[in-house]
Amino acid sequence: MKDRNHLSDVSLTHKVSVIDKGLVDIPMLQILQPDGTPHADAQLPELDQDAVLKIYRTMRFIRVLDERMVAAQRQGRISFYLASTGEEAASVASAAALEPQDMIMSQYREQGALAYRGYSTEAFMNQMFSNEKDPNKGRQMPIHYGDKALNFMTISSPLGTQIPQASGYAYGQKMAGQPAVTICYFGEGAASEGDFHAGLNMAAVLHCPVIFFCRNNGYAISTPAEEQFAGDGIASRGLGYGIKTIRVDGNDAFAVYAATKQAREIALAENCPVLIEAMSYRLAAHSTSDDPTGYRSKDEEARWQAKDPIQRLGNWLLSKGWLDEEQDGKDVEQMRQDVLNELKRVEKVPVCAIDDIIEDVYDTPPWHLKEQLDELKQHISQYPDAYPKTSGRL
Amino acid sequence: MAKMNLLQAINNALILAMTENEKVMVFGEDVGHFGGVFRATSNLQEKFGKARCFNTPLTEQGIMGFANGLASQGSVPVAEIQFGDYIFPAFDQIVNETAKWRYRSGGQFSVGTLTIRTPYGGGIAGGLYHSQSPEAYFAHTPGLKIVVPRNPYQAKGLLLASIRDDNPVLFMEPKRLYRASVGEVPEEDYELPLGKADIVREGTDISLLAWGAQMEIMEKAAELADKAGISCEIIDLRSILPWDVETVCQSVVKTGRLLISHEAPQTGGFASEIAATVQERCFLNLESPIARVCGLDTPYPLAHEKEYMPDHLKVFEAIKRTVNY
Repeated sequence: MKDRNHLSDVSLTHKVSVIDKGLVDIPMLQILQPDGTPHADAQLPELDQDAVLKIYRTMRFIRVLDERMVAAQRQGRISFYLASTGEEAASVASAAALEPQDMIMSQYREQGALAYRGYSTEAFMNQMFSNEKDPNKGRQMPIHYGDKALNFMTISSPLGTQIPQASGYAYGQKMAGQPAVTICYFGEGAASEGDFHAGLNMAAVLHCPVIFFCRNNGYAISTPAEEQFAGDGIASRGLGYGIKTIRVDGNDAFAVYAATKQAREIALAENCPVLIEAMSYRLAAHSTSDDPTGYRSKDEEARWQAKDPIQRLGNWLLSKGWLDEEQDGKDVEQMRQDVLNELKRVEKVPVCAIDDIIEDVYDTPPWHLKEQLDELKQHISQYPDAYPKTSGRL
Repeated sequence: MAKMNLLQAINNALILAMTENEKVMVFGEDVGHFGGVFRATSNLQEKFGKARCFNTPLTEQGIMGFANGLASQGSVPVAEIQFGDYIFPAFDQIVNETAKWRYRSGGQFSVGTLTIRTPYGGGIAGGLYHSQSPEAYFAHTPGLKIVVPRNPYQAKGLLLASIRDDNPVLFMEPKRLYRASVGEVPEEDYELPLGKADIVREGTDISLLAWGAQMEIMEKAAELADKAGISCEIIDLRSILPWDVETVCQSVVKTGRLLISHEAPQTGGFASEIAATVQERCFLNLESPIARVCGLDTPYPLAHEKEYMPDHLKVFEAIKRTVNY
C-alpha cells in the first residue's frame, strides 16, 4: 500500500500568513475588441469562412427567435419564454468547438448551442407549443428542450442539478472509452448551489472529462453578481478544486471558441475537468415573467449593448470581406419570415392524446396509473367541453 | 379594513412583524430591493434596511442552514424559498436539522422562531417545476408545523401566528391566488390559531375537506351539488401539521360522509393520513367510503394540466358518488 503524506505540497512559514484575494490574477481572454478589430498579438482561431459564417448565422437566428418568441408570449400564444440576448456568442461559439458526440447538459439559456447542433425552427416551436411532435411530449414549460439524437440532455428547471450529473456522464463516457466529453452550462447564480461545489470536486477527484462552462452574465433574476459572491468570479473556485481554468470574454465568439476548443483537448487528453468562466451580460430580462427596470438602469444596459457579440463578429466578417451587408440583411429578414411561418403552422398542432399522461412515469404504467387514466377518460367523456384539448381524441 | 390581495396581506403581516420585533429578518433569493419574484417582500428593505431584509446567494440549502443557525441564536428568521418546487436542496436542513433541533438537544436549543415561506401549487401553466404541492413530504416530519392559507385574511392572521409560534413553521402560499384572491383585511395586528380548521360553510349531507387554493374548487363544487339537492359542509384544514382532528370528526359525525381533495398526487398524499384517522374514529358514523379527489400519480404535466387538476367537476362527481353510495 502506498504511503500517503497530505502535507507533501505544503510550504512552511514562520509568520502568520493571511492570504487575501487578488493573489492570483485571472485574466480574460479577448481576441476581438468590442468593435470587431482583432488584438494585434492575438491569434485568430483556425476557422474557414463557412465555419465562421455558421457561428455568425446561428447567433443571428437565435436573436431573431428570441425577439419573435418574446413577442409571441406577450400575445398570449405561448405561456413563457426566456431569451439569451447578448449571450449568443457564449453558447453558440462554445458549441462550435465541440464534436457532435459530446454531450451537452445545459441550464436554460443555451438555445444557441442547440441551434448550432441543428435543432430546427420547427423543433423549437414544437417544444414551445407543448405539442405532440415535441419529443419531450409537451410536459415541460417552454424552453425546456431536449433531443437525444443531438446529444442534448433534456433541461430541468431546478438550478445547478446538471453540474454533478455532468461529472457522472463524463465519467461514463470515459469508462466506455468514447472519444467524447460533456459540456455543462450554468450561470454564476447557479454556481452558488451546493450541487456546483459537489460537481466540481467530484469531477476533479474522479478525473472526469467535463467542461464546466459558466455564463457569468451579472444577474440571477434581480440579484447582481456582487450579492451572489465575494470572491474573484467563478474562475477562482476552479483553482480551489484543482481544476484547470480559463476566463474568457463571453461576448467575443473567437475567444469563446478558442477557449472551448482547448478545454476540450485538455479534458479528453488528460481525462480531467476544465472550468471556463465566460464574462457576459444578460441583456434580456430573466424571462418573460421578469421586468429588469426594477433593478438596473438603462445606462448600464446601453454600456453592454455597445459590446454586442453579434455586431462584433459581424464587423470582423465585413472587414474580412466574408460577409455582404445587403445579403446579411436579407438573410435576417428570411429568418424572421421562417420563424413566423413555423410559429403559425406549429401552433395548430394538437397536444398529445390523454393516454400519454401516464406514459414515462415508469418504463411501463403500473396498475394504479392505468386505473387513474381509465377514470380520467371516463370523466372527460362526461364533460367534453371542459377539456377541449383532449376530449376530441379519447 | 382594507382591500388586499394575498400578496399584500403577506407583505402587511411581514411589516407588522418586523416593526414589532427587530429580531425579525426576512431573506431569500431576490427578496431584497426587488421585493421577491412575486413582490411579497416589496419595500421591506427600504423600510427596515439591508441588514434585516436581504438577498441571499442562490442556494436553498444555504438559506435554510443559515436560517437554522440564525434561529438557534435567538433571532426570528422568515426565510423565503422562491418556489416550493425548489425546496428540495434544503430538505436535509429542514427535515434533519430544523425539525430535530429541539429534540436532539433535550430542549436546550431550538429553532422554534423560524418560519419558512414558500409558494406552492399549480394552475398557472408552470409544468413540472413550478406547480408542485410538497406538503406531504414535510407532514411526515415530526417537529414541523405546516400552515396553508386560503385567502388574504387568513394569510395575514396565520402568518403572524406562524412567525410568533415557538415552533418552526412551513408556511405554504397558494401562488395561483396571490393576485386572484382579494378580500377585506383588518389593517391592525391579529392572529389566527395554528392547528385549528375553519368551517367555511355548514351543511348536512357530506363534509368537504381541503386547504389553500383547493378551497375555491370545493366551493364551486358545493354550488353544483346544491343545485343537485346535496348540502355540503366545507372545511378549510388551514394547518396540515398538527391538524384539527376534532373539527373534522365532529363534522363527519354530523354528515356521515367525507371527501378530501388536494392537488398533490394521491398516493401518500395527506388525504390518506386524514382518511385513516377518520375511519378509526368515526367508523360507525360513516355512510360511505371516504373519497379522495387528488392529482394523478404522475409528475405535474404542462400540456395536460387541466386534465391533471382535481377540478370542481371531478369533485362534484365524487360528491354524487359518495352521497349515492
